[in-house]
Amino acid sequence: MTGADVLLLALGAVAVGAAALVVGTRHLVRAGLWLVVCLGALAGDYLVLTAELVAWVQVLIYVGAVVVLLLFAVMLTRAPIGASADLDRPGWPAALIGGGSGLGLAVLLVHAFRWSRVDLPAAGTADRLGEQVFRSWVLPFELLSVLLLAALVGAIVLSRVDIGRPGAPHGRRRPAGGPPARPEPAGAMATVAEEGGRG
Amino acid sequence: MRPVIPYVTAALLFGLGGYGVLRRRNAVLVLMAVELMLNAVNLILVTADTTVRAQLPHSGQVFALFVIVLAAAEIGVGLAIVLQLYRLRASVTVDDVPLTEPPGAVPAGATAGPASPPSGGPATDAPEGEK
Repeated sequence: MTGADVLLLALGAVAVGAAALVVGTRHLVRAGLWLVVCLGALAGDYLVLTAELVAWVQVLIYVGAVVVLLLFAVMLTRAPIGASADLDRPGWPAALIGGGSGLGLAVLLVHAFRWSRVDLPAAGTADRLGEQVFRSWVLPFELLSVLLLAALVGAIVLSRVDIGRPGAPHGRRRPAGGPPARPEPAGAMATVAEEGGRG
Repeated sequence: MRPVIPYVTAALLFGLGGYGVLRRRNAVLVLMAVELMLNAVNLILVTADTTVRAQLPHSGQVFALFVIVLAAAEIGVGLAIVLQLYRLRASVTVDDVPLTEPPGAVPAGATAGPASPPSGGPATDAPEGEK
């Protein structure tokens, strides 16, 4: 057991404990805050595993942006302050599938790696990772940027009420658009349902 | 460094995430559990980067970066859908979403939703009612 092992064990215990609280707590806001603890412990794990750039990107994007978005959604959906009684459904199948997959994977990985040890490679600094991203992985990188743009435009279209709805501007331009405006809602809602299915 | 420690951590995180996705009824909490599963995959990728000597160095970490970007895109679209669901039904309980409802039947509930005033007349007064 070296220092890195002890650090990995401690950070892993913190991450798993915080994750258990995320899926177990009855307070919506506290679930988001425990998610911060879990993601921060994982960022520490990445630092011990010499993935510097990934660790800082994790802190910036996950802790800084994703959790803030999630808490924002918790507030916007008028979540109650305090414990809510109806957050969970009966848990037997969930415990069976979650515990089965988690413990099964753990047994598989323990069987595969035993108590072997490896030497840590050279640190994944921004220098080295940037060279890889912009040399070997440049096409997936560009594809991802297009995908991110498409996802954000889709999110904007989804949250605008006045696009493709009965009260939309193109419906308003019609003079007294009664009967012609009727087929509109089906198409609009089909688009929303399709987006939901893909997301 | 013993690679089995982060590997087992990642496996347990994935199991907890799966449990949360199946157990929770609130859509925002389901999204949080999905984030846990994505992070377990990231930890696997970063750990595999130290144990597997690949032809290209640091491929696992590059993939972890890609997964983080995908998670950001997923959370953006997912939260837009959740907020739209809340606007339509005034609740984000995933159990209450009717999956078998025909798509034409939804806008009737949408126009009579909590935000818009009840308009019992024909669609001619819909533009004024919406704005």
